Amino acid sequence: MTHSMTETPALMIDAHGLRKSFGSTVALDGIDLEVPCGSILGVLGPNGAGKTTAVRILTTLTIPDAGSAHVAGHDVVREAAAVQRNIGVTAQDATLDEILTGRENLTMIGRLSGLPRTQANDRTSTLLAQFDLTDAADRLLKEYSGGMRRRLDLAAGLVTRPPVLFLDEPTTGLDPTSRARMWEVIRELVADGVTLLLTTQYLDEADELADRIVVIDHGRVIANGTAAELKAQTPGARLEVTLSEPRADAPAALAPFVAGPVHVSHDGRRLRAPVRGTSGLATTVVRALDQAAITVDDVELHQPSLDDVFFALTGHPTGEQVAGGERGTGSPTGDERAVGVAGQRGSSSSIGADGAGGPAGQRRAGLAEGGGSDDRPAGDEGAGDQGAGGQARPTGRDTQQQAPDLEVARL
Amino acid sequence: MNAITSAAPARFAAPSRPRALASRARDIAVLARRNLVHIAREPLQLSDVTVQPVLFTLLFVYVFGAGVVLPGGGSYTSFAIAGLLALNLTTSSMGTAVGLSTDLGSGVIDRFRTLAMWRPAVLVGRTLADFLTAAICSGFVAATGLLVGWRPEGGVLSTLAGFGVFLLFSYALSWGCGCLGMISKGPESAQSIGLVIMFPLAIVSNALVPTQHMPALLRTIADWNPVSAVTAAARELFHNPNPSANIHVWPMQHPVLASLLWSLALIAVFAPTATWLYRRRTTD
Repeated sequence: MTHSMTETPALMIDAHGLRKSFGSTVALDGIDLEVPCGSILGVLGPNGAGKTTAVRILTTLTIPDAGSAHVAGHDVVREAAAVQRNIGVTAQDATLDEILTGRENLTMIGRLSGLPRTQANDRTSTLLAQFDLTDAADRLLKEYSGGMRRRLDLAAGLVTRPPVLFLDEPTTGLDPTSRARMWEVIRELVADGVTLLLTTQYLDEADELADRIVVIDHGRVIANGTAAELKAQTPGARLEVTLSEPRADAPAALAPFVAGPVHVSHDGRRLRAPVRGTSGLATTVVRALDQAAITVDDVELHQPSLDDVFFALTGHPTGEQVAGGERGTGSPTGDERAVGVAGQRGSSSSIGADGAGGPAGQRRAGLAEGGGSDDRPAGDEGAGDQGAGGQARPTGRDTQQQAPDLEVARL
Repeated sequence: MNAITSAAPARFAAPSRPRALASRARDIAVLARRNLVHIAREPLQLSDVTVQPVLFTLLFVYVFGAGVVLPGGGSYTSFAIAGLLALNLTTSSMGTAVGLSTDLGSGVIDRFRTLAMWRPAVLVGRTLADFLTAAICSGFVAATGLLVGWRPEGGVLSTLAGFGVFLLFSYALSWGCGCLGMISKGPESAQSIGLVIMFPLAIVSNALVPTQHMPALLRTIADWNPVSAVTAAARELFHNPNPSANIHVWPMQHPVLASLLWSLALIAVFAPTATWLYRRRTTD
């Protein structure tokens, strides 16, 4: 990429210290964003975190109070027109014309972007076909379903084949099928080499699509990294080893590799412990146990889901998505929810004073009880807590995990 | 779904725009067309420029025509058509306010703003569409007028000049209504504020009745009302009965010049104001 620095900047999106207030409300409180050419940045945050404001600044719609931003090498304030020629935008709110047909909308955008008429028409037909909208092409937009609208909105951002795309919550409010469809479309785009900034409230969406993830809350970046890095930085990863037969020396053999006390199950065969890094850990553990002549049936490493990460970082749950019941049941992280790490999470995120008893602990327990079923309301804390205690929470775990032995990455 | 080959073929391929004027004209044309399509597809808006002019013309000619006696004589029908053009064009210019307000309330303006287009095209395209709408509306009034016995008697050029005076004034008003659209909270409020301003403007004039019989204050207002100047100018150019010619007030003595000055003055004030308001409204 270095050889093409003059033509294509290494960072297609490069923002520093962006600040924006609306009246007394601080929307952005100094945000840095860097997106290398051809990569996808997921901007993750709850409603009101400042995601949309950041996108509006980067797409020339809003002027920042402070800081600077370059998109495709152009300053978003001083060279807005040059930025506009290089971006495609799919905003959170519908930004298409209800009283025009899908085809008319795309053609209009092509013409207003400077495409000659025939080119605008051709591009429109191509996009309509690509997004499975050919049949609906000549229907008015007000007759479109939500999923069709979003696809057309995305197509509208692609009319000029822009090298940089902004998708502001592209799947919010979509049913699971439409959402999966949108993911598919976005993945194809990405395979095509476009640089993409995607905002989302959905952790699994960021996990699925983004190369790097920036977590923002209250207008600040609170974490930054790949999905794997974020998960690794966060408490919640744990090791579970199943022995062929109980061994009293097993916990001691594991101790060097884990980040907290080792919990042994009643039958003495299952050992659990929190771990910090997980890279190569399974091999190391098996080797160490083997040297101690301990036979192992199974080694499992449970990564925290991004839900866990987000919660640990922000100290509040991503309420909308679970409570809204809109998430796909096929959520890739759904069955990976860390079970029974409530105490740890609660204390490390400084909500529940004593971890297990705090609202954080209850909330996690509720999710854990929910298992793979995402439709369970997050607010159903009491029931969730009981359910988790009865069936999912490893006994004694909460009391063993007294100290927040893993630091939450607060960047 | 087929593979999306959107971005690969062209990096930085967005068209450069060497000919600023041509591309501005295209942006304006594209948006004007969009607005005309809207009018054609919205039954209420469409009826404002088709059914309403016919209805107004018939109602006023037959109802008022029965009771109004013109100073200096002449048929009410011949007198009324110019006034009905004024009434219809004045009230239909509210469409600018309503349409712009609707756009501002939706996300579509944001979409336009992320495109590399000429920003004022949103306003110019809107007023241009309303200009064409006004022409259609005038056509309906004139056609209805011809059916009920109205005849312009000043020759083709003079008659066309009469319509030109109206259309220019209507264009000027739509810039004013554009301002209204941008300061109003939504389409409904734009509509109701527009009505409160435009209806008296059209009625307190010489458009539908001669001003001679009005109370002194109203008469003064009416004689200086730009709608009166425009209507008197058209009556003069149509060679229709124009009782205002006997009123010794400058605009009534020089109606064509007065109407042109009014229109240009309104454009000079409201076009920059609208542009400024638009920028203010769409900057955050």
